[in-house]
Amino acid sequence: MELLRSMQFLPGNNPGMLQNGGVFEADAVILDLEDAVAPGEKDAARLLVAQALRYVDYGASRTVVRINTLDTFGISDLKAIIPCRPWAVMVPKVDSPGDIVRIVRQIEAEESPGQQPVRIIPLIETAKGLADALAIALADPRVAALAFGAEDYTASLGAQRTKSGQEILAARSGMVNAAAAAGIQAIDTPFTDVNDAAGLSEDTKLAKQLGFRGKLSINPRQIDQIHAVFNPSEDEVRWAKRVINAIKRGKAEGTGVVAVDGKMVDAPIVNRAERVLHLAVLVGVDQEELA
Amino acid sequence: MLLKAAQAGTLESNDILVAVMPGEKGAGIVIELKSIVLAQYGDSIRSVIRSACLDRKAEDVLIKANDRGALDCTIRARTEAALLRAIQKEAAL
Repeated sequence: MELLRSMQFLPGNNPGMLQNGGVFEADAVILDLEDAVAPGEKDAARLLVAQALRYVDYGASRTVVRINTLDTFGISDLKAIIPCRPWAVMVPKVDSPGDIVRIVRQIEAEESPGQQPVRIIPLIETAKGLADALAIALADPRVAALAFGAEDYTASLGAQRTKSGQEILAARSGMVNAAAAAGIQAIDTPFTDVNDAAGLSEDTKLAKQLGFRGKLSINPRQIDQIHAVFNPSEDEVRWAKRVINAIKRGKAEGTGVVAVDGKMVDAPIVNRAERVLHLAVLVGVDQEELA
Repeated sequence: MLLKAAQAGTLESNDILVAVMPGEKGAGIVIELKSIVLAQYGDSIRSVIRSACLDRKAEDVLIKANDRGALDCTIRARTEAALLRAIQKEAAL
């Protein structure tokens, strides 16, 4: 599964941000053609993003383009963007699996032979989208992750958006469950107060606790903090190593049941430990030092 | 190719404002360029604008460009956007 701890939005009509997007070392950059671009500038932004995809080096960051909704400029966006080989397109306000089918049809029409298939990241940001999240996630193998957009979602409920986020707790859990059921990852909504570092940290910790694997970022200052939360802690890595070693020992000794820290180790525990160690490798945590 | 006047881009840093308009018949592609890096990169910027015009088969066109340190990919995107806007204006008539 791809490392998508942080996904940084870059305004699609801003050459300065687009050309420097790689230096922030987010796991993905989202070149945004939707909310960040005024309606009268959609044509210019589309050309600028197409050129950026071809010629700007985004380093290790995966390139994602947030297109406009299908009933506005989305189809024109796909025609211009898909030949430039982004890793994925993010599709706003996906309401049903039918939306994914339409997107896939258009992507297939624009891809060249041999091109790495462009992935799809649906943004779930309506009540209907959330209700259909599992079907959306399963609509096509190109769907790589589900991303949550809480601002539009709460507006669709008529609920007030608060910093504590109680109004989106059920939606967050629903998103994570739908993504997990489909075998893909869930990416959390951005934290919109860019001046509240402590709030971002708390919000990201909650997202991780609920099962999200990453978070959308609206300011490069947020990236390091998001990574710090999603990276496995030293304690987590040490625990995971103890679990895996105990399992190996148990197998060698022919013991059926093993325990770590006084707790029985069963398959879900082993899976979690393996996931922690896999993530530790991806983010470069030195496991030898933590032995 | 007939053109209406149109422009794209901004005067923010790393961007370029490109205005296109119909040129004199037979004049070819005429580029009036202002740039903060004119002495060092003027020829290169003109070459990118010219190339974008040729790709869009724009002939007898006057381009007024005000560059604020844009990369080649930005210069090309803004020139294309201005030309396409001019062509669309023409087509809408």
